[in-house]
Amino acid sequence: MSTETTPPTDDAQAPTLDQVWQALGEVADPEIPVVSLVELGVVRDVTIEGEGVTVKMTPTFSGCPAMHVMREDVEKRLRELGFTEIDVQMVLSPPWSTDMIAPEAREKLRGFGIAPPPRIDGGDMITLIEVATCPHCGSKDAKMQNAFGPTLCRTIWTCNSCTQPFEQFKPI
Amino acid sequence: MNPEIKAALRGKLLAMADDDLLLGHRNSEWTGHAPILEEDIAFANIALDEIGHAKLWYEILADLEGEDRETYPDRLVFHRLTSAWRSAQITELDKGDFAFTIVRQYLCDTAELARLEGLRTSSYTPVAEVANKIIAEEHYHHRHTRAWVRRLGLGTEESHERMERALHNLWPFTAQLFAPVPDEALLVEAGIVPDPQAVKEAWEGPVRAWLAECNLPAPEGLPPVNIGREIHTEHLVTLLGEMQSVARLVPEGVW
Repeated sequence: MSTETTPPTDDAQAPTLDQVWQALGEVADPEIPVVSLVELGVVRDVTIEGEGVTVKMTPTFSGCPAMHVMREDVEKRLRELGFTEIDVQMVLSPPWSTDMIAPEAREKLRGFGIAPPPRIDGGDMITLIEVATCPHCGSKDAKMQNAFGPTLCRTIWTCNSCTQPFEQFKPI
Repeated sequence: MNPEIKAALRGKLLAMADDDLLLGHRNSEWTGHAPILEEDIAFANIALDEIGHAKLWYEILADLEGEDRETYPDRLVFHRLTSAWRSAQITELDKGDFAFTIVRQYLCDTAELARLEGLRTSSYTPVAEVANKIIAEEHYHHRHTRAWVRRLGLGTEESHERMERALHNLWPFTAQLFAPVPDEALLVEAGIVPDPQAVKEAWEGPVRAWLAECNLPAPEGLPPVNIGREIHTEHLVTLLGEMQSVARLVPEGVW
């Protein structure tokens, strides 16, 4: 058990499902700290049984090196809530998609300087990657510099209107 | 699951995982050395993806074997002798020049996409789940390498000459990507994997057409495959020697 953990007192009530969701809603993405793992759609399901809790998470990109950090952050938060039996399971189905990012998180991404991903909605992901709106000035006149970026989930662009570089969350 | 099907599936999962892992490792060798910064970034990303895909295959192999999915992948990758790998030789070869890397990645991406399409409807749920997870990422690799094949194939005299040489050297190795693993017919019959011959046919037509459009006509036919995946190139020996060195020095090391 880590040193940051507050041990539950004897008269502590087990947290409710709502409290767990709310607590996990405060666990930030390790690389894009303005959005939470719940808003990203990475936390799928929570079930409580006595002093135990089971959380189902899904990976964003399968090679994402931040996944284990996300998992540890979730486990840490659950320990802080007083759970003693914590089971975090990784599930793959249905595969995570950027369409699962909550609408308010898309706005937070924009505010952070990352253009939110175009919605796929059953369309062709490969052609959608060519479309971006500059998060700084709102222009659609932008040029992709690289379909790969500083993390697996981002592409690199420059805006032809305000000339600023920016990143876009890659639609998947 | 009957033991014969299980043994065949074990071989198939290992083959797919090993191919992805080695491709990922070879791609990672461009980190800090690629011809331009954008490609340094691109190949670091593609390497991460491929290693991530390998990890997913190794994890469902661990489940099948009743092993721990946290530690089994590392054991297989860092503590397995050369003779126990089931990689296709095309994934083992040294990274070569940038043209060689592009041609290999293009040929392997297209082969993988053709296979994944068939695996999406696998009757073995874990395989279908992994295939549906990774296929979108492979589409992005394919988009990238396909564009580079054209850029270099139709580029300068030198880029064309290097691409031609890479294709000439790599083409004979592609056949092994479609050669069945032992008892793969049982897996096909059980609806777990697509027929490798059908995968090869789905791959070959579009790949030949694109290469021809890029002024890189592929050699006639594909040579027969008379070696199994237990036979390796000397390149794998040096790759593993380097990749496994730290893990072998400090087997229980944590950092």
